[in-house]
Amino acid sequence: MTALGTDGARDAPPTMSGRRNLATALMPALTVAVSLLGLCLLWNLAASVWPSRAFPGPGQVWQVLLREAASGDLFYHLGVTLGRVAAAYIVAMIIGSVIGVLLGSHRRVDRFFNPWVILFLNIPALVVIVLGYIWFGLNEVAAIGAVAVNKIPNVVVTMREGARALDPSYAEMATVYRFGRLERIRHILLPQLQPYLAAASRSGIALIWKIVLVVELLGRSNGVGFQIHLYFQLFDVAAILAYTLAFVAVMLVIELLLVQPVERHATRWRRRPA
Amino acid sequence: MQPVGAVVPLKVDIAEKTFRSARGVSITALQDLSFEVRQGEFACLLGPSGCGKTTTLRILLGLDKDFSGSFQLPQGGSNRIAAVFQEPTLLPWRTVEQNVRLALPKSLRAKNLDRLFDTLGLAGMRSLYPAELSLGLARRAALARAFATEPAVLFLDEPFVSLDEQTAERLRHLLLTVWSARPTTALMVTHNLREALMLSDRIIVLAPRPTHVLGVFDVRLPRQHRNSQVMSDLLRSFHHRFPDVT
Ligand SMILES: Nc1ncnc2c1ncn2[C@@H]1O[C@H](COP(=O)(O)OP(=O)(O)O)[C@@H](O)[C@H]1O
Ligand SMILES: [Mg+2]
Repeated sequence: MTALGTDGARDAPPTMSGRRNLATALMPALTVAVSLLGLCLLWNLAASVWPSRAFPGPGQVWQVLLREAASGDLFYHLGVTLGRVAAAYIVAMIIGSVIGVLLGSHRRVDRFFNPWVILFLNIPALVVIVLGYIWFGLNEVAAIGAVAVNKIPNVVVTMREGARALDPSYAEMATVYRFGRLERIRHILLPQLQPYLAAASRSGIALIWKIVLVVELLGRSNGVGFQIHLYFQLFDVAAILAYTLAFVAVMLVIELLLVQPVERHATRWRRRPA
Repeated sequence: MQPVGAVVPLKVDIAEKTFRSARGVSITALQDLSFEVRQGEFACLLGPSGCGKTTTLRILLGLDKDFSGSFQLPQGGSNRIAAVFQEPTLLPWRTVEQNVRLALPKSLRAKNLDRLFDTLGLAGMRSLYPAELSLGLARRAALARAFATEPAVLFLDEPFVSLDEQTAERLRHLLLTVWSARPTTALMVTHNLREALMLSDRIIVLAPRPTHVLGVFDVRLPRQHRNSQVMSDLLRSFHHRFPDVT
């Protein structure tokens, strides 16, 4: 009995703590699920208290979502919009980073161009989009360019901060040991800029996808923004919500599956303490 | 003209180096500083803090081009230079081994570094990131990087400061071991006379600012014979020649 008792006691802690670990790991996800479920219930309640075509319940929205998914429309328009978001993001990040690093490392150039940056920062997105379509026509290049131009000033400002914070001693080490140009960018410049790139990316994606919808609404014949415009004219709120929620979900999944893992990989050297 | 294949020593002839601050104040750090280091020789620049030792090394490393005068680095063989900076200056986002290999020219990138890492006691730390190293270990990694490149000339800027004396002493011996395995023309900056006497073939003694050479003290005795008795003799004769230098 005693032997069994001690055995049991020795076995118990690991399973107990194992279960507890699993519980603590699942807790945040569980909280999120319960929280979203609560929102849906509230929404459902409100929709049944005030029944209206302008305020469909979650059930109706889900029906539309399934319908649009079955017809393939949902994925087509999501894909088109996602492509525009990606293209505008890449263009804005590359151009913005190059300009930002140049300004951040040349004080005189920065002093001259700073007013331009401030000017561009304050031009409303809508103006850039309208002018883009007028000057370059209702085409894909104008659409993506307009979105990128809206984002570039933010990237410039963030990357300029990053360039100002560069530690010259690493560059001097690279000079002494004759690093090549590409090696300097890859091993000296980019790792130091990484936190700024991450910050610019985060705010970038959030801003860009919202502007892309406007661009699509004003001058494209496909994409989530176009669909929302279409259903706005048909006064179909359920479809508008279905497309919006689907796109938000896609952006969250990208954040979770792409942005966060990349960031974890880039900062792996930071997390192990001395 | 130098005969083909001959090795030129390190020759320094800096007429003047002046810093201008933003407020227009100018500080002359170096004035008429000239000295030579012979091929394969380990030399020390000895001078008080703030006299311009780091400034001199930065000029020789090509990091500061705003000076008048000239210098000549050893030619022949590899014309690479290597430096151990006052701070270890390892890339925090690369492992110890990556830090060393990145400094190597393409032709040596894949070279076997086991011996070097073993000698410096870094064999178990090749895959660690610099943040995981103590200052003493980081300094060893910086030494490994410099020696791995098989340079024609090696510059060291007070590589043992802000270590406790025991760690510093161990590192000095490690430095001698790797240097003796492949004697390279080396110029080390220090304000520590005992360290200079222990490591160098010649000590170039610098005056306070504006810096120039006070004199040269040659230590002809092989390093393995520099025991504590010999060291105190060396100290005495050094003080005899340079009574004002501590
Ligand atoms: N970038 C700089 N601007 C102005 N003065 C400097 C600069 N770097 C060094 N100095 C001055 O030059 C002198 C020599 O500095 P340094 O070479 O670092 O001395 P040390 O012999 O201690 O290495 C010091 O008085 C320092 O104040
Ligand atoms: Mg110094």
